[in-house]
Amino acid sequence: MSTLTVSVVTPDGPVLEDAFEMVSCKAESGELGVLPGHIPMVAPLTISAVRLKGEGRSERIAVSGGFLEVRPDKVTILAQSAEKPTDIDADRARMAKERAERRLQDKQADIDFQRAEMALKRAINRLDVIENNF
Amino acid sequence: MASLRDIKGRITSTKKTKQITKAMEMVSASKMNRAEQNARNYVPYSEKIEEVVSSIAQGGGDASHPMLEARDVKKTGYLVITSDRGLAGAFNSSILRRVYQQIRSKHTSADEYTLITIGRIGRDFFRKRNMPVDMDITGVSDQPDFADIKDIASNTVQLYTDERIDQLYIFYNHYVSAITQEVTEKKILPLTDLNTEGKAGRSSYEYEPNQEEILEVLLPQYAESLIYGALLDSKASEHAARMTAMKSATDNADELIGDLTLSYNRARQAAITQEITEIVGGAAALE
Repeated sequence: MSTLTVSVVTPDGPVLEDAFEMVSCKAESGELGVLPGHIPMVAPLTISAVRLKGEGRSERIAVSGGFLEVRPDKVTILAQSAEKPTDIDADRARMAKERAERRLQDKQADIDFQRAEMALKRAINRLDVIENNF
Repeated sequence: MASLRDIKGRITSTKKTKQITKAMEMVSASKMNRAEQNARNYVPYSEKIEEVVSSIAQGGGDASHPMLEARDVKKTGYLVITSDRGLAGAFNSSILRRVYQQIRSKHTSADEYTLITIGRIGRDFFRKRNMPVDMDITGVSDQPDFADIKDIASNTVQLYTDERIDQLYIFYNHYVSAITQEVTEKKILPLTDLNTEGKAGRSSYEYEPNQEEILEVLLPQYAESLIYGALLDSKASEHAARMTAMKSATDNADELIGDLTLSYNRARQAAITQEITEIVGGAAALE
């Protein structure tokens, strides 16, 4: 079966580079599945999990935004942060989640709602990625 | 001539200073290696994002975004990257001098520009001269994560989006090698200098959902990544500059110790000679 080379790159260095058969992810416009031979495409990603399927194995990667570049034989994910489940600090994510929730509940006018919401999303996303793996 | 005891004191204190500078040199050397590694890790990301941005910018003729278009310049933003600590040779002074001259020559009033500083030295320098520092960040770690500077980078880009500044320049020390660093000036916004020469085999993309929305996400991220890249570059330069400065301090200390030891020995010899002369003189007087 033909494969796609998937590379996940962040400003802190490459996270993963390997061959997979299918990439599914959540773009801003909805769920997106990419198989080898896809037409070249660029799409922004939401804060979500990217699922990679290869021969009898699958990987999940938590990405925080960024975008996806597709070529027929290659998929590149450029994100400001991307982590494999083993690299995620569960306690930190849990703490970040609680902090963000508290902020959102406080309802004080001077807090940045958007930021708190993004932080909450990132934390939930990270936790989801860990839990689905164990 | 200084007494034996004075010279000995100076030798001891110089030796202690040398120990410190030597230690700082070694610390900087290891930090420099890691900073260099970080800067290298960042390269694939920057290359890729640049490739996509320029292919979009050149590919679709109707791609337009405020960040791609130059507008009338009413206010210029300068992002200046310095270090938090000194003792790095000319690292900070050369960059500050360059920015200062640039501003003096281009602007007549403080309303025409604003400064964003990374690093304490830069902030203090401009504050002292009553120049407008809009944002600053200090205490960036030696191995900065993208998350550490995300806020200042996105706020800076936001300044441009809100039309509070109409162009943005960045000043930082570019790491050429361990002994050479170059003050570099780069125009970040608007993104008019994109390398739009098509590379062979570059494909034209489909855009999901459409080009405008992609640019909406991509361009700020690209501008932020340029800022981050400059910071990594500057960190590597900072450690390299500090290493070189400390190395020459250590060499100077060695030289000083050599000179002092020589004069110590001379003084000691003079004292011995004098003693002998006195004894011989005393003995001669008895005969």
